[in-house]
Amino acid sequence: MQENKPEKISATDLKEKCRWIRSETLKIHKIAPGIRVASALSCVEILVALHYGNILQFNPEKPYDEERDRFIISKAHGSVSYYPILADLGYFPKDQLAKVGKSGSILGDIPDNSIPGYETINGSLGHGVGVACGLALALKAKGNNRSVYVLLGDGELNEGSVWEAIMFASHHKLDNLVLIIDNNKICMLDYCSKIINLEPIEDKFSCFGWEYFSVDGHDIEKLHAALAEASCLHAGKPKVVIANTIKGKGVPKLEGDSLCHIRALKPEEIDALTGENHP
Amino acid sequence: MKPEVMRDILIEEIYQRMKGNDKIFFLSADFGSPALDQLREDFPDRFINVGIAEQNLISVAAGLGLEGYTVFAYAIAPFLTMRSFEQIRISLALMAQTREVNVNLIGVGAGLSYDVTGPTHHCLEDIALMRLLPNVSVVSPSDASFMSDIATYAISNNKPCYIRLDGKALPRLYPPENQPLFNDGFSSLRRGKKICLVSTGYMTHVALQVADALSKEGCLVGLVDLFLLKDLNTSKLKSELSTYDILVSMEEGFIWRGGLDSLVASLTLSSKTPKPVYPLGFNDAYIFEVGDRKHLHEVAGLSVDRIIEQIKTLDGQ
Repeated sequence: MQENKPEKISATDLKEKCRWIRSETLKIHKIAPGIRVASALSCVEILVALHYGNILQFNPEKPYDEERDRFIISKAHGSVSYYPILADLGYFPKDQLAKVGKSGSILGDIPDNSIPGYETINGSLGHGVGVACGLALALKAKGNNRSVYVLLGDGELNEGSVWEAIMFASHHKLDNLVLIIDNNKICMLDYCSKIINLEPIEDKFSCFGWEYFSVDGHDIEKLHAALAEASCLHAGKPKVVIANTIKGKGVPKLEGDSLCHIRALKPEEIDALTGENHP
Repeated sequence: MKPEVMRDILIEEIYQRMKGNDKIFFLSADFGSPALDQLREDFPDRFINVGIAEQNLISVAAGLGLEGYTVFAYAIAPFLTMRSFEQIRISLALMAQTREVNVNLIGVGAGLSYDVTGPTHHCLEDIALMRLLPNVSVVSPSDASFMSDIATYAISNNKPCYIRLDGKALPRLYPPENQPLFNDGFSSLRRGKKICLVSTGYMTHVALQVADALSKEGCLVGLVDLFLLKDLNTSKLKSELSTYDILVSMEEGFIWRGGLDSLVASLTLSSKTPKPVYPLGFNDAYIFEVGDRKHLHEVAGLSVDRIIEQIKTLDGQ
């Protein structure tokens, strides 16, 4: 079991990881134009803090190691930025990153759990939190002290099944469950506030019996601190970290565009961002 | 033997196994049964009422299943299979192709079990829907004598399974000394000459009345009770059906929509000597008529007398 990531990692190193992952995600976008790149860019700091910031326990050599923390990415379609992380950690060879979406590749435009490192299949939204409740119950029943983490999008909160699970988790006092909301504020067609406005999200969770943390999802130090605090808190309540993010973070053309979910960048735009030459 | 409600017998079987196997969870979407009371009392940590939330019932069951637990998820059949169809598809059927997930769905109220309760509670689509999903077994017993076999099958086969149970008390069709081999998935209850009835669940009780009445008139029809609707011994069943000229499927389901008739037709079409399949079930419309099961069958042309007439016509052809 790898006591994952370096023992101590500086904020500078975490920021460098984020920069590298954004660049790799954009390179993937160049070969796989159909990926949801804006959604994948908003959750980069969350994924980095979890995996390189000593929050999650995991074992690339044994992906289903009993002593791992369970990590469900409920917004699977918006998590292609997890590919470079999994490759970097050794779940699969890095050369796979150049084959995303190609025939015969293990990596599709939307991830699934045939990919080493993905716990469950979540291409359809609204399934992750309920399954996570089952995992959290099971860990408690086994006396296993590991936790269950779920990354979901704010738009995904429109799914009724998510709220069935939110009610269940607090009733059953699942304090080994940490929900992380990538609050990038944009669905497919518009700002979430213009579709189904759930702000303030904190109040919703609070009145459903959850402990909440609200943080800038791109400030890696504050985000890491919130995730660490949420992880350590075991007070009979499930926990939610609302990470306030920007959809398309790092790409000025995408940031602030209400339709950025369905935007694809041109190859030369990607090259300009990654510093690569257009072939 | 007096009629029995299958769910009570199955729950009693599961209860007994939970005593010796602490890896079994029983989840309910706020749906009960007299037999469930003891289980709830004795296993408060492994009985969970998820509330009126069928979607979450499946998701939570999947999570427990992924961690190695054997899970029974219990609800009214139409809500279990149709409200949470996507949860079953994503977190059970798809998931089971890459990871082991032993979740067994117990749906009560197959067909017109909930007769007077009306069309929301009628369950005429579940066979087609559940049979459609890869990696999911489908069990459709006709009487309570199968419950021990079903509990064993569900616990040991390590994959998702849908168990569709009638909601009414039904008499046993199989005496203990003549219990069919469960893994074959079917049993030949009557042997005939030209025509064979192929039925499942409650309709096997109707089919038996039909076959016995016709037999008294000198018309011997075969009767096959199908209780495994996936993963059955198809070569043995094809061989059994090959001796007949006409197959009549009998189900409480919509005809030619992927249910039992489609199963029988696909079997015979893939055999060396395909036979015509005459489907008995419900036409392409929901049933708003109020009445008990017998009445609803009469309205739909599925009364024993009407079926006998149709079989005679087929026999005369």
